[in-house]
Amino acid sequence: MQVTSMHFKERAHVKLHDERLQHNLKKMQGKFVAKRRASLVELDDFEGTRDAGKAIRNRALENLDVWLETFERNATARGATVLWAETPADVNALVLEIAAKHAVKKIIKSKSMVSEESALDHAIEGAGMKVVETDLGEYILQINDYEPPSHIIGPALHKSKEEVADLFHKAHGTPVKTGIDELCLEARGVLRQHYLSADMGISGGNFFVAETGSVVLVTNEGNATLTTTLPKVHVAISGIEKIVPTLEDVATLMRLLPRSSTGQSISNYVDILTGPKGAGEFNGAEHMYFILVDSGRTTVLASDLREALRCIRCGACMNHCPVYQNVGGHSYGWVYPGPIGSILTPMYVGLDKAQDLPAASTLCNQCGVVCPVRIPLPDLQRKLREKAFETGLRPWSERAGLATWSWVAQHPALYGFGTKLGVRMMKWWGGRDGMIHKLPLASGWTDGRDLPAPAGRTFRELYRAQEQAKQR
Amino acid sequence: MRVGFFVTCLVDLMRPSIGFAAIELLEAGGAQVFVPPTQTCCGQPAYNSGDRADAKALAAKVVAEFEGCDYLVAPSGSCSGMIKTHYADLFTDDPAMAKRVDALAAKTWELTAFLVEKLALDKVPGRFDGTITYHDSCAGLREMGVKRQPRALLAKMPGVTLNEMAECEVCCGFGGTFAIKFGEISSRLADNKCEAVVATHADAVVLGDLGCMLNIEGRLRRRGDTKTRVLHVAEVLTGKAS
Repeated sequence: MQVTSMHFKERAHVKLHDERLQHNLKKMQGKFVAKRRASLVELDDFEGTRDAGKAIRNRALENLDVWLETFERNATARGATVLWAETPADVNALVLEIAAKHAVKKIIKSKSMVSEESALDHAIEGAGMKVVETDLGEYILQINDYEPPSHIIGPALHKSKEEVADLFHKAHGTPVKTGIDELCLEARGVLRQHYLSADMGISGGNFFVAETGSVVLVTNEGNATLTTTLPKVHVAISGIEKIVPTLEDVATLMRLLPRSSTGQSISNYVDILTGPKGAGEFNGAEHMYFILVDSGRTTVLASDLREALRCIRCGACMNHCPVYQNVGGHSYGWVYPGPIGSILTPMYVGLDKAQDLPAASTLCNQCGVVCPVRIPLPDLQRKLREKAFETGLRPWSERAGLATWSWVAQHPALYGFGTKLGVRMMKWWGGRDGMIHKLPLASGWTDGRDLPAPAGRTFRELYRAQEQAKQR
Repeated sequence: MRVGFFVTCLVDLMRPSIGFAAIELLEAGGAQVFVPPTQTCCGQPAYNSGDRADAKALAAKVVAEFEGCDYLVAPSGSCSGMIKTHYADLFTDDPAMAKRVDALAAKTWELTAFLVEKLALDKVPGRFDGTITYHDSCAGLREMGVKRQPRALLAKMPGVTLNEMAECEVCCGFGGTFAIKFGEISSRLADNKCEAVVATHADAVVLGDLGCMLNIEGRLRRRGDTKTRVLHVAEVLTGKAS
């Protein structure tokens, strides 16, 4: 996907004034939060389960090479083919190769965010094949000329049902529907034809299980089940970090994932797929491929941001992020929005293209306290800020301002003198109502707010005067 | 009990009355308050902007100024949180300093938590008559565990009625330099907070961090609300706000 993260501020500005989007965001706001909270009470020890989830993901990452080879061995033994993609371009090339080998004309896909990284659908269409997204959200975006997703769980969450109804009317040539049930039925009718006529199905992978060589798929629409079992070829694509050692680990992580994500005890469907259809078996693809994708993951693994790779893509961080909830997912300008996106995007596409993302956070840590695998998201955002500062990516005015403040603060006498002067000036500036309405060097503050003016004397000088008076 | 009072640079510059109110409360709880005269800033602006070197220098200065005290108390969850939960990260490569930092972190407190948990303050000196709503500042809540303590203290004031706002734990949008770098987003978050405050019809929104106070008050006034007061919990508890 094309990166537009360098335009975060401008896009956020547009989104903040997009009335329809703001209406849709407000409607969604709180729903995920409330559902998640309600679902947690079912677990005796949610915090303990989070600890276990973190430990499982850490164990996988600490010996990732070993688990990947174990996975490859076990998946191969079950008759699947395991392929490795170093770059997004490699992902597309491998998919096209597999398609050519099996004379594929039509591909159906269930949701795969990794395939968004490489804009796989465009590559497939460029090679002359048809591709249909079967996740309802992704399908809505596809028929809207491949609008980018705005959320990793609900890619079309930014759309109202009226907008979807219009899109269906245009794309299917059917009368405009009003009810959500009717719309779902219409999508189902259209998609069923594609499931039956496609010769290849592409899925993502929530987890790759090393001990069994399986892929685990978590969905609510059942589309992944059909996508992976009806066509003769199934290709599962996901990042190398999605590996977990055992099926028991999956069981623990599944206690966390749906609850943190949609507030469900368990998703409507959980598919565990191991190898192609065997002799005498009734269901499944005849050929099964795994594409395990690096695309920057090994760089993150080797860095001090490794903890971000624990992510199980539940979306809780964005559902709880006050910034995301107000600017929406499109402002972030790439595949992964919100707090986790503010780490992954700069790491996968380059900090120079996305340095605003880790900076555009109040570090309120609402994301960190809900993350099911305890990724310290604000700490990682800060680490990226350090990298931006160290590599000189921040503007000189900001650097100069900070350096001046820090230097003065390290010299108490100078600080005392400077602040005495400063607060008097600012008090005067505040005028009769005690509010500063315009600050030339901090218009970011005063464009939308007043700044309450200081009292006019610093605590340090008042306290000193008080102590001196006592001694007299 | 010798309590080192860290006034914080924002209180020092913008609203010194909060500092005096905090000292009054600490003394009411029986603490002997010491104010290191050379104190300035905890280094958080540098730290959160990625400038580790300056953050480190300021952290070392705070450690030197306060390690001789039995406790460090600040009228801010954000600055006390910086010292208690982030200073250690700055000295991972300096074991000697890390030890001193850990020792200081262990005795660093946010004001209301200290008043309730350490001093067991049973009588609040001030008086306030009116309806208030309480905003839980992020660092106080999520780094320092401040939630019930200010409410427990306010509950000791017979004239105070607490009317909780919706989403009192959601960030007001201040975020330090974020408020200037991403002013438009920050203002929107502040606006959301103002909506929640105003919906309670409270006379005042009370909180424990001056950064959030400036943000919320600045947005309220820009919205044309000159009525809703924005008060530090220490000002309310000492009656400085009535």
